[in-house]
Amino acid sequence: MVEEEGFRRYVAHIILWIGIAIVAFPVYIAIVASTQDNALIANGQMSLLPGGHFLQTYYQTIFVGTSGSTREPVGNMMLNSLVMALLIAVGKIAISIISAYAIVYFRFPFRMPIFWIIFITLMLPVEVRIYPTYKIVADLHMLDSYAGLSLPLIASATATLLFRQFFMTVPDELLEASRIDGAGPFRFFWDTLLPLSRTNMAALFVILFILGWNQYLWPLLITTRDDMQTIQIGIRKMITTTDALTEWPIVMATAVLAMLPPVFVVVVMQKLFVRGLVETEK
Amino acid sequence: MANVTLRSVRKTYPGGFEAIKGVDVDVGDGQFCVLVGPSGCGKSTLLRMVAGLETVTGGEIDIGGRIVNQVEPADRDIAMVFQNYALYPHMSVYNNMAYGLRNRGMAEAEIKSRVEEAARVLELSPMLERKPRQLSGGQRQRVAMGRAIVRQPKVFLFDEPLSNLDAKLRIAMRVEIRKLQRRLNTTSIYVTHDQLEAMTLADILVVMNGGQVEQVGNPLAIYEKPATTFVASFIGAPPMNLMSTRPEEIKSQLGGSASDVGILGIRPEDFVITDQTPAGGVALPLTVEAIERVGAETFVYGSREQEEQRVAATPGELPPGEIIVRIPGTEAPAIGAKIRVAAVRAKLHLFSGDGRTRIEA
Repeated sequence: MVEEEGFRRYVAHIILWIGIAIVAFPVYIAIVASTQDNALIANGQMSLLPGGHFLQTYYQTIFVGTSGSTREPVGNMMLNSLVMALLIAVGKIAISIISAYAIVYFRFPFRMPIFWIIFITLMLPVEVRIYPTYKIVADLHMLDSYAGLSLPLIASATATLLFRQFFMTVPDELLEASRIDGAGPFRFFWDTLLPLSRTNMAALFVILFILGWNQYLWPLLITTRDDMQTIQIGIRKMITTTDALTEWPIVMATAVLAMLPPVFVVVVMQKLFVRGLVETEK
Repeated sequence: MANVTLRSVRKTYPGGFEAIKGVDVDVGDGQFCVLVGPSGCGKSTLLRMVAGLETVTGGEIDIGGRIVNQVEPADRDIAMVFQNYALYPHMSVYNNMAYGLRNRGMAEAEIKSRVEEAARVLELSPMLERKPRQLSGGQRQRVAMGRAIVRQPKVFLFDEPLSNLDAKLRIAMRVEIRKLQRRLNTTSIYVTHDQLEAMTLADILVVMNGGQVEQVGNPLAIYEKPATTFVASFIGAPPMNLMSTRPEEIKSQLGGSASDVGILGIRPEDFVITDQTPAGGVALPLTVEAIERVGAETFVYGSREQEEQRVAATPGELPPGEIIVRIPGTEAPAIGAKIRVAAVRAKLHLFSGDGRTRIEA
């Protein structure tokens, strides 16, 4: 060994700090830009230090919106996004845990074909089936509604597979003990399987919430009303204004606000999330 | 309190595999019945059929005068202790025991008194609020027992409940199970592959092989008069020495009365090292090949001088031609020594050539 132990640690830390800087700098710029005057940014004179317009910008962003392009307060967009993300996450977990329960614990005709059909839908992401899905949602008069935003994204093969794998690691004796203890299929599901799946559900919730929050293409297609648009759509609309000046502080404030809920979910559920991914508690 | 009667019970799996080929067993009220046999003999399947966890293909299972073939496990008034305990991992010890009672809609006060009584008996009182993963193997085992006791069922079913414990704990729990069963006087069916557990626990011992009952009876009676070579080699450790009686040496010693005998069995503990041949008995010259000193006793492994085939009766058997002799204490002949061992006539077990019939001479 030529290197000193201390020196190697030093190098490792430098590399880590460079990595953090690369990832964090744009975020920092967004935060700083959201506190400065729009004219300064438009002139290319943006300072790297926070400006004095913090309260004013964020107030305008959340409660008023941009003066030109979107006319919709970002607070309302966040609410739309939040409702959509929550519906998708909760709906996916509910549907997939029930279908996984059926596939693992019940013997019914065409059980395996049904499982394979679910499995095959993995190969069809939203983008591939988007036209028929749009047609169905439109025919059901669900355009510009929370149901239209979330329902098509709820059915999920991935989550079903995950719960199926987890259920298969639950010892059969638990089911048998439940049967002897007088618990029917519903009680076994509710009293035993659900509590055991808690960490898996938490991990899935984090992933699915972020997935739902970041949806772009689908909300873009089916929402036309301003009051139904999600925050991801709102950001894009704010930027592409042909004849007006982009209100950069508001765009940046919106971007910062769009980041907060996923960060919040990850931080709050991190412990359960990691346990759900790493540990299978039996 | 109930009898359990199995009448020509059969189990055939959808693939056509016949796991249970017609079993008749009658367990009296309050008796402790042990099903013993090598793995794959169908003993666990049979127990699970009594529990209602496996469907019955043919025959009748009668618990307390009621035929339960079509009755749900929860309604059979049985309680089962599983090999891996099957405790609910997310419930406290108290809730593990109370769960089955709550599902039956029992009053919370009654549940509390039953669980606390069971916990007192099983010395689990300080652990009622803990989760199963915070308990040792022996404690988990006791919780599983407690879950069975609080139900106050007609029948206890045990599926190899001690096989996950270490040897010392296994013996302690074995005694505890027996004491508990005596006190509660509840009919019990217990599955094990350990013949020592089977011998010590059973009022009635059922030796199974290949989905059939080989012999039913009092454990000591089975030990003293095994009905087949399979039972002879399965019950008793080390197993009975079985040898073909074709060689003239043995046949001449047994005399003319044993002309139809095919297989001769002698338990290791019935041999003595001696130069004499007891009247009507058997003597064998051996070359000592290995010695095992256990402390109170010593096992001598010897090979017969004539090379001859031992009867294959059970898996895990000794190689052909080897004879085990048990002698008390630690005094043993040297390895390579030529010795002569003998057994008296009363200690000889005689079987027909296929090993299926015992011959009383």
